[in-house]
Amino acid sequence: MSDDPVIDLLNTPPKVVNIGLEGFARDLQDEGVKVVHLEWRPPAGGDPELARLLSKLEA
Amino acid sequence: MSRALLTRLRKGFHLDSVALMRIARTVSELDGIEDAALMMGTSTNLEILADAGLLDGEGKTAQGGDLVIAIAGMDSDAAARGLAGADALLDGPGDIAVTNNGWRPRSLRGAVTVMPEANLALISVPGDFAAAEARKAIRRGLHVMIFSDNVSLADEVDLKREAQALRRLVMGPDCGTAIIAGVPLAFANRVPRGGIGIVGASGTGIQEVSSLIARHYGGVSHAIGVGGRDLHSEVGGISTLMALDALDRDVATQHVVLISKPPPCGVAKIVLERVSRFTKPVTICFVGAGEMDMPANVHQVRTLRDAAITSLGQSVPASHPQVSVIGTREHQTYSRGLFMGGTLAAEAQAVFLAAGLPISSNVPVPGAEVMNGAKETGRNLILDLGADAFTKGRPHPMIDPVARDAAVTEALRDDTVGVVLVDLVVGHGAHPNPAQSLAEAVAIIPEAGRPVVVASVTGTDADPQVRSIQVATLEAAGISVAPTSADAAEWAARAVGAKF
Repeated sequence: MSDDPVIDLLNTPPKVVNIGLEGFARDLQDEGVKVVHLEWRPPAGGDPELARLLSKLEA
Repeated sequence: MSRALLTRLRKGFHLDSVALMRIARTVSELDGIEDAALMMGTSTNLEILADAGLLDGEGKTAQGGDLVIAIAGMDSDAAARGLAGADALLDGPGDIAVTNNGWRPRSLRGAVTVMPEANLALISVPGDFAAAEARKAIRRGLHVMIFSDNVSLADEVDLKREAQALRRLVMGPDCGTAIIAGVPLAFANRVPRGGIGIVGASGTGIQEVSSLIARHYGGVSHAIGVGGRDLHSEVGGISTLMALDALDRDVATQHVVLISKPPPCGVAKIVLERVSRFTKPVTICFVGAGEMDMPANVHQVRTLRDAAITSLGQSVPASHPQVSVIGTREHQTYSRGLFMGGTLAAEAQAVFLAAGLPISSNVPVPGAEVMNGAKETGRNLILDLGADAFTKGRPHPMIDPVARDAAVTEALRDDTVGVVLVDLVVGHGAHPNPAQSLAEAVAIIPEAGRPVVVASVTGTDADPQVRSIQVATLEAAGISVAPTSADAAEWAARAVGAKF
């Protein structure tokens, strides 16, 4: 660990949360990279404005 | 018989956009189907469907969380068969899923519980929702790579400022490629690890430079995409500066390369001032920019090829070997560039302008003219067919080159065209065999008398499509393949009269 999270990102292979296209998670898994694929659904009933507001409230 | 449109809604049904486009494509190839679209009912998508004449009935009531299926058939029987086909594909077994040992979290919180050491979120949800997902990830301490486009500039500025305060990196939005510690993310190529670190506002620019480095026995420490707007004045290069600083500190990196379209003066000044303090040599390719005053440790280069050569510690030769790809017949005097890679299209324009040839484009670099319409003819044209205007509701040509390749066939029929210039970009995420698709599109026009076709292939032999096989397929189809995108542009420019 360094004093800077950006340097830490570069120091070891990334551990990835994949949100969206499942093919990207599959490619990473094939590369032997640690990846969790999120079962994503449009939040807030599919209302982007509400989703944006909710993300700002979430800590 | 009359055209019949059938639309259906599946409430609360979600599938990712690539999977949906794949199904739409399969259905549209069925007998009697004129058009087929499967899209989530976001407002952006409903507009696309309405513009295409594919929205009526219950489709109009769709919400962002609903799937709209729209099938236009030659008659109502054909449309009904198309709809049944779409249903069968939607309900059939999909690709093998990534299951995380049988359980798939439905929230970021759940994902981080499964993998507490997670440090990067790769986000490719529809643009309307991407900023919200990125914000949640940043607040949970993750760096983010936003592949999605259609994220507003205001959201980009907000996200990057918040991330900067938390010392988290935002790659994107519209970041097509990255390689972090040897791991290719999204549309990256398989390249060996080495001492060259790349920061790029452009996906295909990073792909071309990293692939050329690999093909010349060099290696890449990291390639960090920052998104096409990062160096705009509003964003001020937040991610570019963070990435450059990190590469300067990174022990694996010995040489830093920066690739971007020309930034505004104020931002360029900040970037140059920052890299002037680096202890490492830096190569900068502002594609389409004129010569600028550079700090002593910085090399400015004109093309992506020259960026790769310089980063490998070699000198850029005064001229590159030229291959004659001619003949242009007397009335075939113009070049038509049809690109999948935006930065490759910009680089080609820069090559033409440097050779004194006028050029028009839908994405003009400084000195090029803005084209008036897609049907323009009788002049040198370079089109980026991956630009938003061409990809609304359609797959990007790197994923599905059919629309680009149809434009190639059309250009070969245009008797003012002397040379057609194209790119292929392979690697993770890209079409499995774009050379075959291009070769078939070219073969439609008999070789005798047709304009010459000059191509470049961005990628490596380690990529799933195997670059050398792609090259051989093109050459067997009578297409001239240049070693780099810059060479291809130079060959094409020479074919229509440029002297190098």
